[in-house]
Amino acid sequence: MGGVFALMIRLHLWNPNTNPTDGLFEPDTYNQIFTLHGAFMVFMFIIPAIPGALGNLVLPLQLGAKDVALPRLNLSSFYLWLIGTILAVGAIVWGGVDTGWTFYTPYSIYNDRSVILMGAAVFLIGFSSIFTGLNFIVTVHKLRAPGLTWFRLPLFIWAIYATSVLQVLATPVLGITLLLLVFEHVYGIGIFDPQLGGDPVLFQHMFWFYSHPAVYIMILPAMGVISDVITVHSRKPLFGYKMIAFSSISIAVISFLVWGHHMFTSGQSEFAMFAFSFLTFFVGVPTAIKVFSWVATIWQGSIILSNPMLYALAFLIIFTIGGLTGIFLAILNLDIHLHDTYFVVAHFHYVMMGSTAVGLFAGVHHWWPKFLGKTYSRFWSRVACALIFIGFNVTFFPQFIMGAQGMPRRYASYMEEYQPYHQLSTIGAFVLGLGILIMVGYFLHSLFAGKPAARNQWGGVTLEWQSPSPPPLENFDEDPVWVGEVYDYSHLKAEEMSR
Amino acid sequence: MSDGHALPTTPTPAGFVPHEVAHHYNSHVQEYQSWKLAFWLFLATEIMLFGGLFAAYFVYHDLYPETFRVGGQQLDWRMGSLNTAILLCSSFTMALGVRAAQTSEKGKMLTYMILTVAGAAGFMVVKYFEYTAKFSHGLFPGAYFNPHGAYADAFAGLSGANIFFGLYFTMTGIHGLHVLIGAGLILWMIKRGAAGRYHSGHYLPVDIAGLYWHLVDLIWIFLFPLLYLVP
Repeated sequence: MGGVFALMIRLHLWNPNTNPTDGLFEPDTYNQIFTLHGAFMVFMFIIPAIPGALGNLVLPLQLGAKDVALPRLNLSSFYLWLIGTILAVGAIVWGGVDTGWTFYTPYSIYNDRSVILMGAAVFLIGFSSIFTGLNFIVTVHKLRAPGLTWFRLPLFIWAIYATSVLQVLATPVLGITLLLLVFEHVYGIGIFDPQLGGDPVLFQHMFWFYSHPAVYIMILPAMGVISDVITVHSRKPLFGYKMIAFSSISIAVISFLVWGHHMFTSGQSEFAMFAFSFLTFFVGVPTAIKVFSWVATIWQGSIILSNPMLYALAFLIIFTIGGLTGIFLAILNLDIHLHDTYFVVAHFHYVMMGSTAVGLFAGVHHWWPKFLGKTYSRFWSRVACALIFIGFNVTFFPQFIMGAQGMPRRYASYMEEYQPYHQLSTIGAFVLGLGILIMVGYFLHSLFAGKPAARNQWGGVTLEWQSPSPPPLENFDEDPVWVGEVYDYSHLKAEEMSR
Repeated sequence: MSDGHALPTTPTPAGFVPHEVAHHYNSHVQEYQSWKLAFWLFLATEIMLFGGLFAAYFVYHDLYPETFRVGGQQLDWRMGSLNTAILLCSSFTMALGVRAAQTSEKGKMLTYMILTVAGAAGFMVVKYFEYTAKFSHGLFPGAYFNPHGAYADAFAGLSGANIFFGLYFTMTGIHGLHVLIGAGLILWMIKRGAAGRYHSGHYLPVDIAGLYWHLVDLIWIFLFPLLYLVP
């Protein structure tokens, strides 16, 4: 659904629409479309995608547990998500929300009341996210197999753990912020409403106190997936295991202290701007540690260009671009120019779509044979990966250029000189959409007609590969015990040498 | 987790319903510790949630210090103190109730928990009188703020009074909701406790309801001075 909204946006922007009513959609409709694209993708897809879809399956297996610690809570978190999503769809039907996914006040106070419904939806989905995080923390603490100490945990677990801490600590603040926004509609509490003596910038502070950590809630699990995929398909222990583990934790900590970088143009003290800018640079350090460690892991490994690995390589390229452009935006004077332009749009799509979604695809391709016990088409998965990689870059790279030239985000019309970039971007979006369509196609085919997969399809050495494919009800035939170090491929290498 | 050393024991004492450990746990200690940790984390989320409200409070206290002083004077510190005393006592009875559950003293446990619920009810009754008094003076939250007579004079020339009462009703309202949820939880514990489900081998739910009740108490301990006694 979020993807269809995205394609609608791109179609609308094929023409410059110098006369606003000429476009495919009315400008108000356009506003609703991009709001829903943002809100759906962020709250209903990217945040729950990797923890919800992969975490729930992979985490207990990698820990050697029979299930997550609190399965009923887990189910309730799914129901909350479902109810939230239904409410959000209700908000569309009831009149649509056109505030942008950030619901900035005071605009969100005075527009249509369907914001109340959308706020309630995101509030519920927030609780779903909290419960998932809470459950994972408890599972990691209490349900590890005997012998599986903290520094023998796969890095996917470390990443999910750091994510869970963020979910548990940051999401309640979003909850109360949206609740206050709803109260603002219901009885005009006034704290975000300048007409009643309130301060709309406070909303931004409270919103970004959640939503910046949320960016890491989105990307950290993808980083965890990539760590696991790269080591397995390079047949080499991860370079700097402890550094990657600690970098996940330090990203989680620092991410609480950088929210002000979304607000460089909102009015903050110069000292705050300086501090937020510095801390934003600082978050680049653990991020770079991860990238260097991944590259060093690939170096001199026995690389197998399997499909998950192709996605992981695509992730490395896209994430490096996305991460570095983030540093541009942390520079105060440069941000004044780039703020609210397509440069920002391109940056966060490189990180969210290009990195998180591609990380998710890498993970799904990596663990699909494990969980469904079926293999998928190698040929078509390569075609899809290529289309996604090319389509993605064609869509979003031109947006960096037009952003740097001053194209503002969220506008339904633009000046004619931007047209070639916009058209290129639209073409890319459809190539990307085609890639994803092909992926859905071969996964469906695999589901119904796939060949049975081996117990250890890729030669991984973490616990999940010791369980049958697909795993039985309580995950393992007998309770696993962990021996030795993490990511130790020495016995696998010996086997391969002897062949 | 000061009571981390007090772990549930087996076997079930005579006259109680034995507890079955969920199938995915290896032992009842693992189950107990998992739930306990989960609940402490949940309490952390509650504190973050109220933390957002406290942050809003401090921002506007800073913007309108005089209004908040006058606003605090409109609240009845005697009623507030009474409620503080009630909550503190109920927290004490709850702690005794948890202790009684750990030692399998069913009658004591039920008595203490009933006393706790009575405390919750008393708190809500006092709150009801406070709210109706405010409404009768026109001290409504936010946009509906419309003080009568002497109350209008008190706030003459001061802006932000609507925000003070907006925050007052929002913070105490959300807290009151927590009181009701806590009381509901304890009532449920009473019902199941009467059926003999809680004993030295399984007192986790009582323990958790107790933790929740202490949180409700603790948040009030911060709300009371901030709202009623602001300098």
